[in-house]
Amino acid sequence: MTLIQDLDLGTPPAGDEANVSLTIDGRRVCVPEGTSLMRAAAVAGVDIPKLCATEMLAPFGSCRLCLVEIEGQNGTPASCTTPAAEGLVVTTTTPRLERLRHGVMELYLSDHPEAGIKGAVGVAARRAGVSRVRYGREGGAHAGAPVDESNPFFAFDPAACIVCSRCVRACDEVQGTFALTIAGRGFASRVSAGQDEPFLGSECVSCGACVQACPTDALIEKTVKAAGPPDRSVVTTCAYCGVGCAFEAQTKGDELLRMVPWKDGKANHGHSCVKGRFAWGYATHRERIVEPMIRQTIAEPWRKVSWPEAIAFAAGRLKFIQATHGRGAVGAITSSRCTNEETYLVQKLTRAALHTNNVDTCARVCHSPTGYGLKAAFGTSAGTQDFDSIDCSDVILVIGANPTDAHPVFASRIKRRLRAGAKLIVVDPREIDMVRTPHVAASHHLALQPGTNVALLNALAHVIVTEGLVDEAFVRERCDRAAFEAWALFIALPMNSPETMAEVCGVPAKALRAAARLYATGGNAAIYYGLGVTEHSQGTTTVMAIANLAMATGNLGRSGVGVNPLRGQNNVQGACDMGSFPHEFSGYRHVSEEPVRRLFEGLWGVALDPEPGLRIPNMLDAARDGSFRGLYIQGEDILQSDPDTRLVAAGLAAMDCVIVQDLFLSETASYAHVFLPGSTFLEKDGTFTNAERRIQRVRKVMEPRNGYADWEITLKLSDALGYPMAYSHPSEIMDEIAALTPTFAGVSYQKLDALGSIQWPCGPDAPEGTPVMHIGHFARGAGQFILTEYVPTEERTGARFPLLLTTGRVLSQYNVGAQTRRTPAAIWHPEDLLEIHHHDAEHRGVVDGDWVRLTSREGETTLRARITGRVAPGVVYTTFHYPDTQANVVTTEHSDWATNCPEYKVTAVQVARSNGLTAWQVAAGDQNRRARRIAAVPAE
Amino acid sequence: MDAARLTAMANQIGAFFHVQGEAATIDGVETHLRRFWDPRMRREIIAHLRSGGEGLKPEVRAAVARLAGGLAAGG
Repeated sequence: MTLIQDLDLGTPPAGDEANVSLTIDGRRVCVPEGTSLMRAAAVAGVDIPKLCATEMLAPFGSCRLCLVEIEGQNGTPASCTTPAAEGLVVTTTTPRLERLRHGVMELYLSDHPEAGIKGAVGVAARRAGVSRVRYGREGGAHAGAPVDESNPFFAFDPAACIVCSRCVRACDEVQGTFALTIAGRGFASRVSAGQDEPFLGSECVSCGACVQACPTDALIEKTVKAAGPPDRSVVTTCAYCGVGCAFEAQTKGDELLRMVPWKDGKANHGHSCVKGRFAWGYATHRERIVEPMIRQTIAEPWRKVSWPEAIAFAAGRLKFIQATHGRGAVGAITSSRCTNEETYLVQKLTRAALHTNNVDTCARVCHSPTGYGLKAAFGTSAGTQDFDSIDCSDVILVIGANPTDAHPVFASRIKRRLRAGAKLIVVDPREIDMVRTPHVAASHHLALQPGTNVALLNALAHVIVTEGLVDEAFVRERCDRAAFEAWALFIALPMNSPETMAEVCGVPAKALRAAARLYATGGNAAIYYGLGVTEHSQGTTTVMAIANLAMATGNLGRSGVGVNPLRGQNNVQGACDMGSFPHEFSGYRHVSEEPVRRLFEGLWGVALDPEPGLRIPNMLDAARDGSFRGLYIQGEDILQSDPDTRLVAAGLAAMDCVIVQDLFLSETASYAHVFLPGSTFLEKDGTFTNAERRIQRVRKVMEPRNGYADWEITLKLSDALGYPMAYSHPSEIMDEIAALTPTFAGVSYQKLDALGSIQWPCGPDAPEGTPVMHIGHFARGAGQFILTEYVPTEERTGARFPLLLTTGRVLSQYNVGAQTRRTPAAIWHPEDLLEIHHHDAEHRGVVDGDWVRLTSREGETTLRARITGRVAPGVVYTTFHYPDTQANVVTTEHSDWATNCPEYKVTAVQVARSNGLTAWQVAAGDQNRRARRIAAVPAE
Repeated sequence: MDAARLTAMANQIGAFFHVQGEAATIDGVETHLRRFWDPRMRREIIAHLRSGGEGLKPEVRAAVARLAGGLAAGG
C-alpha cells in the first residue's frame, strides 16, 4: 500500500441536521445545516486554501486564506466560520480573493526565514503565486529561534511556525490538557509550552495531537525529521490499552517512521496518547530475542537452537509430563497482548491437543470479576456501551479507574464531555488527575479507604431506595421483580446507610448522599470503572453492586448510560471472549454444557473435558504441590505481574517445563526451559477487541524479526503435540471462531475491512454489530439484582503494618513495562516511586526522594519516596512497571471470592527509611543475571 | 494443594452467599465449587472435610459435604 493521502474537509461535520442546498463555484451541493462553507466546498470537490483549519478542530477563522465571496453579500467572509445556508451562491476564486490571499501569504512569509517554510505554508505560497515578498524574507520575529528538542519524540522549530494556533487548539479541544498557549502579541506572538518552558518540562503529555495538527512541520516527529517523509501506510490497531486506537503506521520501506492516529478509527476518532503514538520502538530494541532457545534446567545458560529443535523439545517435555503425571499436570496461559486468533489457538491447543481445560489468561488478574459479575446481572460478560455514548452522558461516575493515565484517549473524551457541562463523581482513594484538571472539576470526590467499594456502593444504593429515587418503571419492565424486592429490602437496612457506612469507607455520609442523588437524578448517568473495582477480595461483589445501581436507576439500554469496564490491555476483552478461561469455551459457555461441547468436539474432532480446569493462581498452588508441572505461557510475565512474587517464583521453579513465548527475556523467562521468540503487533495479521467490544483489524506492517507470527508458532507446537491445525491465514481462524461462537457469528475479515470495525454481538439479529447492549431487554432476559453484603478483606492494618498500599500505573508506562521501558517514554517515569502523604512521611522522618523500605506480611522491597497530598493519610501508592522494584513481592495472595482475581489494591504495609536494597532484591537480581546467560555458539 | 488456602477460598465464597440465608448459601457454594473449581481442588477440599474440615464455616462444610455426596453418586 502507498501512503494514504488524507482528505481534510477543513471543519468538523455538522451532525444530522436537515440538509441545505447551495452552489459553490457553479457546483450544486447538499449538506447538513450548520456545515461550514469550507466543508461544503470540499464535499463538492472544491479545495479552498486554508492554514488554520482542520476537520479535527472547531473553526477558528484566523489565517484569512479561506475567504470567499457570497452573491448578494458584502465582504469576503472566512469560509471556515461561515455556515452553509439554503440557496447561497458562493465563489471561491476571484481576482479580489486572489489579491487578498497573496497579501496574506506575503505577511506570513515575511515573518519566517525562507528555510523554515515547509509543509502547507509552502503549498499555500505556491498556490497564491507569491514569488516576491514586499516586506523582506529575513524571518522577522521568528528567525534564529532555537529548536526545542527536549521532547524525546518530537521537535518544535519556532522558525517554521506560523502561529496558526492549531497545536494550541488541539491540546485544548482534542486532548484537554491546555499545556500550550500563544505568548506575546502581534509579530512577537509564538507558541509556548507551559510557562514558556521546553516541551519536556511543561504539562505536555506528549499525546502528539499538536504534531498531528501542525500544518507547517514546525512540530515534527524526530523519526520523520531524520529519515524524511514516509512512503507507505498500513492501518492497524494499537497494542497498548483497552481503548483500541486505530493508527496509520507510516513506513519508509520496511522501517516504521511514525504512527498517526487514524481519524476514521471509531474508538479514537483520530486521537492518540504518548504510548500508542510514539512508544513503539521496543519492536526493534536490541534486547529483543529473535532465536529460539532451550535448556535442560533453569540453572543452565540458554542454548540457541533451530525452531524444529525448540518445538520438539517443548512438545516432548509436555508429553512426558502428561504420560508421567496425567493430563491435568500441564496447562497454558493466553495473552491479552496477542490477537483474538492467537488466544483462540492457544486455548484450542490446550483443550484439544493437551486434552485439559487448564488454560487461563491475564484477565484472571484484572477483569475476571467483570466477566462473572456482569454475566450474573445482565447475561453478558462485557461493558454495555460504545465510547461514543459518553457524548450523551449527563453524569459520569468514575470508580477505581484513572483514565488520564491508563486510558488516556478515552479520558480526553470524558473531559470534553465534562467541559460541555456533564457532572463528574470520582470514587478513588487517590486524588487522580480527573478530580481537578484544567476546566474540569469533580462535583464529588469520594476518597474512600481501599477495600471498601462495596460499603460505599451499598450506601449509594441505600439512598436511592430509601429516598424514592428508584426508576420503578424500568425495574418493573426490565428486571426480575422478586430479586429486586429482596435486594431493596436488604439495601434499605440501616447497616447499609451512609451514616453507618461512612465509618467503614471513610467518606462523610453527607457526601455519599449528595453523590447518590446526583447519580440518580442528574439525567443520563454512566459508570466507568477499572481495576480499583475488580482487584479486591470483593471484586465480583463490587461489579454486581455497580450493576444493581445502574438497574435501580434505569441507567441501561440507551446511549449516555451504562456500566463500562475500562479494560487494561489491548485485547483483554478479546482474550476472554475467545475462551481463555478454564471453565468456558468462546462466547462464555461453560465446558459442562453438553450441546456446546458437542459443537466444539464436532469441529475439532476430539473429545473434550467437561470439567473446569485450573486458574493461574491454582496452577501455581498445584505446582508447589507437585501435581502441575508444565506450562506454556504466551506473552505474559506472571513473575512480575502476579501477586506475591515469592509464591509465583516457587511455583515456576517447581515445574519441569516452562515454555515462554515473548519478545524479551522477561522475569518469568528466568524460570523457563524453552524460550520461543514472539512477534510484535506490527508483525502480524489478526484482530483485537477493545473495551467497547469493538473488533478491529491488526495488519502486518513489517515482517516478523523472529520469523513467525505468534499464531504460526502455536500451530508448530500443536503439530508436534500430535494435533495438527491447518490454517494459512488468521482470517481462517476467525471464520472458525464465527462458526462456533454465536456472538461472533457475523464476523469475518471481509466485513471488518468493509465496515472498519464491528462491535459484538454480531449475528443475524445485528449483522453490523451492537454498539449499545441491552436495549429493550437484557441478554439474560430479566435483569438480576444481587445481594451485595459488605465483607471486609482479611488483609488488615495493625501496629506492625499500619498503612494500606494500593498499586496502579502511570501514563508513560504500561503494565510490567516490558515495552515502554525499552522506549524513550521511560524518561517520564524512570523508576517506581512510593507516594506517601506528608503526615505519614513526617512521622517516619522520610523526605522526598528518600530510599524507603516497603514491608508487608509477604515481603519487602526498596524504592524512593514521593511525598504528596494525592494520597490520604494512611494510604501509600506505587506502580509495578520496574522489575528492580517488583512491587508484587509485597502484595498478598488474597483474592476475589468468585474468580481468584488478586487483591492488588489492598496490602497492609509499613514504610521506613532505608539505605539499600532488600535481600530479596539482591537475590532476585543475581538470579536473573544467572538465568539470562546465553551460551556462546562454538566457532565452526 | 494447601488445605488452609482451599478452606479460606471456600469460606470466602460462603461469605458472599451468607446474606441469602443458609439454604441458598449451601446451594451457592456447592454450585460454585462444581462449576469453577478444578476436580483436584474439589477432591482435596472434600478430603480435608473428611479429615475433620478444620476451619470450614458450617454452611461451607455442608456445601462440601453435599459436593462429596454428588461426587460419590456421580462417580
